[in-house]
Amino acid sequence: MNNFKDAWKGFKGTDWKDSINVSDFIINNFKEYKGDDSFLRALTKKTQRVWKKCEKLLEKETKNGGCLDVETKILSGITAFGPGYVDKDNEVIVGLQTDAPLKRIVNMYGGTKIALKALEAHGYKLHEDTHKHFTTYRKTHNDGVFDAYTPSIRRARSNGLLTGLPDGYGRGRIIGDYRRIALYGIDNLIENKKLDLKGDSIDCADIEENIRIREEVSEQIRALEAIKTMALSYGFDISRPAENAREAIQWTYFGYLAGAKENNGAATSIGRNSTFFDIFIERDIKNGILTEEEAQELIDQYVIKLRLIRHLRTPEYDELFAGDPTWVTETIAGMVDEKKSFTTKTSFRMLHTLINLTPSAEPNLTVLWADGLPENFKKFCAKISILTDSIQYEGDDTMRPIYGNDYAIACCVSAMKQGKQMQFFGARCNLAKSLLYAINGGVDEKSGKLVVEGLEKNTQEILTYAKVRKAYSEMLKKIAKIYVDANNIIHYMHDKYAYEASQMALHDTKVERLMAFGVAGFSCAVDSLSAIKYAKVKPIRNEQGIAIDFEIKGDFPKFGNDDDRVDKLAQELVQEFFDCINAHKLYRNAKATLSLLTITSNVVYGKKTGATPDGRKAGVAFAPGANPMHGRDCTGALNSLNSVAKIKYKGCCQDGVSNTFSIVPTALGNSVNDQIENLVSILDGYFIQGAQHINVNVLNRELLIDAMNNPWKYPNLTIRVSGYAVNFNKLDRAHQEEVIARTFHEKR
Amino acid sequence: MLGKITDIETMGSADGPGVRLVLFLSGCKLRCLYCHNPETWLMKNFKRTISSAEVLNLYNKYKGYYGKHGGVTFSGGEPLLQSEFVLETCKLLKENNIHVALDTSGVAENYEEILDYVDLVILDVKAVEKFEYKKITGRDISEFNAFLEVCQKKNKPLWLRQVIVPGLNDDKEHVEKLKNFASKLKNVERVELLGYHSMAKKKYLEMGLKYRLEEVEDMDKTKLKQLQNLLENKKITR
Repeated sequence: MNNFKDAWKGFKGTDWKDSINVSDFIINNFKEYKGDDSFLRALTKKTQRVWKKCEKLLEKETKNGGCLDVETKILSGITAFGPGYVDKDNEVIVGLQTDAPLKRIVNMYGGTKIALKALEAHGYKLHEDTHKHFTTYRKTHNDGVFDAYTPSIRRARSNGLLTGLPDGYGRGRIIGDYRRIALYGIDNLIENKKLDLKGDSIDCADIEENIRIREEVSEQIRALEAIKTMALSYGFDISRPAENAREAIQWTYFGYLAGAKENNGAATSIGRNSTFFDIFIERDIKNGILTEEEAQELIDQYVIKLRLIRHLRTPEYDELFAGDPTWVTETIAGMVDEKKSFTTKTSFRMLHTLINLTPSAEPNLTVLWADGLPENFKKFCAKISILTDSIQYEGDDTMRPIYGNDYAIACCVSAMKQGKQMQFFGARCNLAKSLLYAINGGVDEKSGKLVVEGLEKNTQEILTYAKVRKAYSEMLKKIAKIYVDANNIIHYMHDKYAYEASQMALHDTKVERLMAFGVAGFSCAVDSLSAIKYAKVKPIRNEQGIAIDFEIKGDFPKFGNDDDRVDKLAQELVQEFFDCINAHKLYRNAKATLSLLTITSNVVYGKKTGATPDGRKAGVAFAPGANPMHGRDCTGALNSLNSVAKIKYKGCCQDGVSNTFSIVPTALGNSVNDQIENLVSILDGYFIQGAQHINVNVLNRELLIDAMNNPWKYPNLTIRVSGYAVNFNKLDRAHQEEVIARTFHEKR
Repeated sequence: MLGKITDIETMGSADGPGVRLVLFLSGCKLRCLYCHNPETWLMKNFKRTISSAEVLNLYNKYKGYYGKHGGVTFSGGEPLLQSEFVLETCKLLKENNIHVALDTSGVAENYEEILDYVDLVILDVKAVEKFEYKKITGRDISEFNAFLEVCQKKNKPLWLRQVIVPGLNDDKEHVEKLKNFASKLKNVERVELLGYHSMAKKKYLEMGLKYRLEEVEDMDKTKLKQLQNLLENKKITR
């Protein structure tokens, strides 16, 4: 490793100088901040000018049906586009995905069908030559997947049992350690990758894996060269390390930007950067070359850039993941160990962008909450949450023992060690529908088709728990196998045809792979089991003998009331499903993880699912993620939180347990100060039980109804939905109604 | 000894510092014009009973959320009408180092010993003048005065509260009177105005009771804030 005396002047520690180790650099050099928010500054003139132009463009984009422009001649690529600016003279952080702001990229590597459909939906047509050349000479990820899919995968997929699989576009959820570029410079990183290729240190016994890894590292090296070229087109030489705060942020952002030019993954998150940036900012302030105003300006402008990230999507995708999300998740704070936190002034500055630049869905600001965070920071977070509803919280004390202290969140809740782990995103399996299959002998209740073979049809007049539960176990075993097969195929093909070279270049060559499975319809399935166990459930069957509705007599305990009779059923169900998945061998020896996270797809999955034994009618939305079903968590907010907190993270739902919590302001206290203090207490109480995630919305239902009917009154109304935030106006009516139907915890 | 209660709020955020477990006890001697809990008037209308040990268990179940600032609040109804239960429970809570608040009108007996185990008294000041007090509550102000005197003698921290009803006491003059009243007391930590709302109307109808403020609108939030500001301009504690 080259030593850079100027760039590293004043920085302590040695390990990080000998080998790539950003975490060691941070721990040796950051300064924890325990003070309050009084140091924060407003927008600078420059940022005001840039942001004003962006606001106009964003407005134009909305008026234009949600898409401002698409580049139709050039396809995705790190160096495919010339430099682009919003307002060159006033931008202190530069770089756009294409040569103009909000102009979207066509990415064909994931699949031509979806890319062309998205173009068409927005009224564009791919340039004829581009189209012809690509389709003549390239095979895509999507082509590969469908060459290999089994008949059972196809059936499960088309009947809505497995949904949202990334088999036609980028898989996303990979976070490059973009900080490496700032700390070491691209040339150092290239040298390291070249060393990996030289010897036999990366070789392994498996012939195919051996060849593949060597090919991949060569691609990574080319991607690093391309990032350097792209940065140079903006006038920056990133072959060397960053020498000041502006460069550190710019270099890091260039790394991220390359990934967003090259790939179109659903979630393209940026990592955990604020404390890293803070080290450079503090050094510059100490050296008298940066003021507080300028520090905030850097962060504001960095965040503006992240707010402009776009991908081209189809209407079907928008229906699934409402509000045009990109999940530029920026992970903030968390702890070094039990005593010291990573909170810095830049943790405050990052959240302060929600005030300076008005609330926003992106970047997806994610605070790693821990018992030991400084009180002042906790209060500041609560204050910003109450004001903007734009923050999500994740339990650092829950995740740190598993992922160490340098992990970041991809998408909504997926933790991974930065630069050391990557994820194969695997969408989700509909557990409520699975239960119906267990009752209907594998026949889909909507299509009437046999989807899963080898299951017995239940003919009981009143369903008995023992029989249904046993059949459910069999069904879970079968669907787990189909689900694993699908993901193995998807990720094999994605590596082959749409490899994320720039993002993987910013990982260690010997990377650990996680394969993330997921669940939809969780609380619906759990309540259904509870109804069968504790009440009398009589299926109403059609002439084919398929249960299309259920009559329920008597009451039954419902998930979300801290009632162990049903909460135990919930714990058992997720553990069993995870064990079923974990029994299979995964592609590239990936480690299986599981999430309870639907994002907004709970609406579409509900639509595709017939009536369920809990009394939910056909087509009605599921609750999002791990949430109790709408309105059924009726014994108080804390009981609702306690039920969710009981779901095991470690060794079970290690890809996340998403909870979206809405509370009316007065239920938190009469004055704003009381509300802040009480929200801090509630978050502490929730996470201390080992909980993993919570979205906090502090608002009134009436406000949302008014916003639904009079959107012009609330241009910036941002709310947390499930693992991310959206501008309420960007949701369609069905999603708005679903959000309004959720439980709002009120003062009684 | 079992307590008779009408409700439990596990996430109480308005009745004392922090997030709290709030018990609503049955029974009250007052019949305030604006009362929003008429179901608590008669002790025999209780919904369930609870023991001191159960209160402690319930607190422990949610302990994490109550944290450093929260605790348990006895509200009602008039909690002091069940003095034996309240005393026993307060003792148990204090043995476990739990912050105890008492949300009371002061119209009761046998409270001297209880107050020794109470960290905060949230005192409902219906009115500061005899005539008005009677008009609102239907009782004489002397019991309230006696209770306040004991609190002062025992140096109990106080939160004073008054419900502000449009047309009844929603003017500067009334609030100034309250402020003046508070300024003569020691250990006053907060003076809070609560806006009248008509949400209890439904309960009265269901119970076959006459709703006496039929014509009165809900208290305007902006006006309430202005009145509250009158109190916060100057330091109140002596």
